[in-house]
Amino acid sequence: MNVQSPPEALKPNDYASDQEVRWCPGCGDYAIVKAVQKALANMGADPKNTVFVSGIGCAARFPYYMATYGFHTIHGRAPAVATGVKLANPGLDVWVIGGDGDMLSIGGNHTLHVLRRNIDVQVLLFNNEIYGLTKGQYSPTSKVGTRSPSTPAGSVDSPVSACVFALGCNARFVARSVDTNLKVLPGLMQEAKENTGASFVEILQNCIVYNDGVYSSFTDKANIADGQVVCEHGKPLLYGKDKEKGLRMTPGKMELEVVTIGENGVTEADILLHDETNRPLALMLASMQPPNFPVAMGVIFRDPGLSYDAAVYEQIAEVTEKSPAIPINELMHKGKTWTVV
Amino acid sequence: MATQLKETDENGREILDSVVIRFAGDSGDGMQLTGTQFTQSTALMGNDLSTFPDFPAEIRAPVGTTYGVSAFQINFASHAIKTPGDAPDVLVAMNPAALKVHLKDLVPGGTLILNLGAFTGRNIEKAGYKESPLENDTLDSYRVIEIDISKMTLAAVDHIDVTQKEALRAKNLWTLGLMCWMYDRDRQPTIDWLNQRFGKLPLIAEANIAALNAGHAFGETAELPSEISTYVVPKAKVEPGIYRAVTGVETTCWGLLTGAQKAGLNIFFGSYPITPASPLLHSLSNLKAHGVVTFQAEDEISAVCSALGASFAGSLGITSSSGPGVALKSEALGLAVVTELPLIIVNFQRAGPSTGLPTKTEQSDLYQAVFGRNGDTPMPVIAASTASDCYDCAIEAVRLATKYMTPVMYLNEGFLANAAEPWKLPDTDDVEPFPVKFASETEGFHPYLRDEKTLARNWAIPGTEGLEHRIGGIEKDYDSGNISYDSDNHHKMTKVRAQKILGIADDIPEQEVVSGNNSGKMVVVGWGSTFGAIEQATRRCQEDGLDVSHIHIRYIWPLARNLGELLKGFDKILVPEMNNGQLVTLLRSEYLVPAESLAQITGQPFKVGDLEREIRSRMED
Repeated sequence: MNVQSPPEALKPNDYASDQEVRWCPGCGDYAIVKAVQKALANMGADPKNTVFVSGIGCAARFPYYMATYGFHTIHGRAPAVATGVKLANPGLDVWVIGGDGDMLSIGGNHTLHVLRRNIDVQVLLFNNEIYGLTKGQYSPTSKVGTRSPSTPAGSVDSPVSACVFALGCNARFVARSVDTNLKVLPGLMQEAKENTGASFVEILQNCIVYNDGVYSSFTDKANIADGQVVCEHGKPLLYGKDKEKGLRMTPGKMELEVVTIGENGVTEADILLHDETNRPLALMLASMQPPNFPVAMGVIFRDPGLSYDAAVYEQIAEVTEKSPAIPINELMHKGKTWTVV
Repeated sequence: MATQLKETDENGREILDSVVIRFAGDSGDGMQLTGTQFTQSTALMGNDLSTFPDFPAEIRAPVGTTYGVSAFQINFASHAIKTPGDAPDVLVAMNPAALKVHLKDLVPGGTLILNLGAFTGRNIEKAGYKESPLENDTLDSYRVIEIDISKMTLAAVDHIDVTQKEALRAKNLWTLGLMCWMYDRDRQPTIDWLNQRFGKLPLIAEANIAALNAGHAFGETAELPSEISTYVVPKAKVEPGIYRAVTGVETTCWGLLTGAQKAGLNIFFGSYPITPASPLLHSLSNLKAHGVVTFQAEDEISAVCSALGASFAGSLGITSSSGPGVALKSEALGLAVVTELPLIIVNFQRAGPSTGLPTKTEQSDLYQAVFGRNGDTPMPVIAASTASDCYDCAIEAVRLATKYMTPVMYLNEGFLANAAEPWKLPDTDDVEPFPVKFASETEGFHPYLRDEKTLARNWAIPGTEGLEHRIGGIEKDYDSGNISYDSDNHHKMTKVRAQKILGIADDIPEQEVVSGNNSGKMVVVGWGSTFGAIEQATRRCQEDGLDVSHIHIRYIWPLARNLGELLKGFDKILVPEMNNGQLVTLLRSEYLVPAESLAQITGQPFKVGDLEREIRSRMED
């Protein structure tokens, strides 16, 4: 366990490796890597204790561009590799990077388990609703009807919502943001890092080549105010240009509805306050889809608990205190032995 | 093969040189427990021994069926023995199904102990007998002892407040008591074990002990047929030292721990339960105080990936499985090869393909171990031959993995994992340490800097200042360690990876002949758990004047430097394997020698007699 005091203040660029970035010009991943570098600088992260682990896909090239330790592994398995890294050395700050195919299709199983075990890592899922590196096939988050080389007449299977999946896996920190939202992203990364346990962050990312504009109905400048609601714990779930719209529970029903303040007798007092520790509410917020609802952003759910890695080492300490290690020679002699002379 | 010396000791017990006993009954009858306890007592008596547990894949198959029969064979002797024995001298059959399945193996004139209580019309029919085998000539050529063990057991525990079901469960202990009487085994180790096992259920412990003692007393007082006598098998003359009975799982576990300590590393063990590998996960999970972190992963892939991640972070990553699980791990093994990280994969082989026969032994993953990955993906492969050898092989796997920065495939077998043998406890101080040195020099560092001699890359672990680097599955530049799509560089890196592994041949012992001459008419070449059977069969041929030698290969890849020359010194090369001919193909392709296959794919170990016959017949060809 090598946790030492961080080095002198590093700048975001100090976290960038000397490798030329090879994403397509205009790819949302550029913004994300900048945001992460900025977040690390803000937190004073120590490069020697920072590890980025990725699977396969465009997003998974991420570690090569960071001047930290990095492991570019195999398709879908980054959460499993990261689990080993963290358990071998819990002092390391471990980040898991992957796309929607990597983490929800081929590696969905590992995403499930890294979240439910609550391993103290940050899981950043870059969701562009398409397969980029294999040239444009639809992904498990693509909307029904997505036309792609493998679905020329449109996809027919229904997509999974990354945040709803994470909540269903019992993740204890679930957040969502947009690649271009540089004002918010670094802070959100920091909150993810500061959360003890598995922190899941879905970053809606635009693939300029294969799925350009997939989120523009709520991420284009003109659409942000009406298309997104930012979740802040204890604050009313208001949105719109003048914060005139909001969410409330439909009276007598277990569902959310959009209301406008001043209409039908609705006042600000009727608007639901965000409670980030309420999982059923988080599920409803995470499920909201345009055009009838705004897309929920920010920390949708946060309810920290003991991380798996901490629990493992607590148990090791307990067991060791009860029966400390003995030399292997003695260990092998325990039990029934006999002597031949 | 009881060699009847017709001698008796001072107590009138007939002295036997060796004996093979098989306990057989329903999966729920506790035959494995009976066998294990009898083994423990036998080991403590100072006999050499070898065991073979043989059980169905179903935990509790329907009662009374032939496919639900579970058996445990033990061979013990006053001399060194190497196999669990070809055919039992004594068969204990707890029900008609057990008789039906195992009677064919009993030697003519052998002793048959039957639990009469289980020979009901229904059970006889379930076993597939048209009429009761007790009432026709089926058993005429055996010495039969019919006892209503169920009734005897109920009577023995009558005074103890347990249910009838619980009482009946103790009938295996009653049987064990009888066998302890017959072969002069001490009951105390079993009594101690029962008290410990049922510490919280004293009545159950009491019932079992009562049954054990009653079985023993029955032997002493009952009027058994005159040809049944009591026996004694004198202590075996073995090397002085402290011994214990061990299975291959236990020795593998201790070997891995010893190896890790010699390397100065903590173990991270990522595994997913699978028959017959799970006991290693159980054993290592008990070693938390010894710097062992065990992780029961969500699947085989996660098991190997977490182990590899742990190695990246500076632990000794280990994973274990059986063939189907190793298949799932193979992509990650490729990643381990290309990132050149130490990793140990323990494969407890079982009969395949696919699910195959999960509880039956086989040696059919050799191809998978040597060749079973995409790309040119070489890794060292070593194979253990006995439960004792599992210890040494485990240490060797750690040494090779850390010294050469490579995954190592350690082939074990279901048979070795479960079978017990006496083991002279080693002294860990006799193992030369091989401490790992992590990289620390920042000047000129890159992750693929290689040791000139071993070609191993340096191991820089997260947490080390100034050595931050990125590795992964994409080909790396030989000179900088950065990703590279250069075609000449890929050629060079592929060659270096292969050369690194082949170079291990200079760091392992030359191949020796186990028995027989260094050249001659025939050599029998084996690997893995067939060691005992091959050695015994070739010895018998040698004693008869035949020019046949035995070579047993531990290093499957790379092969020992001198192996090719050694093999070329023999006119005939016979390769017995519990697969359809895998090592034989490797030898033929590597050395262009006319090696012949002797394949047995029954899920059962080779019998010495079968091997001996085959050697003799092939020598005449």
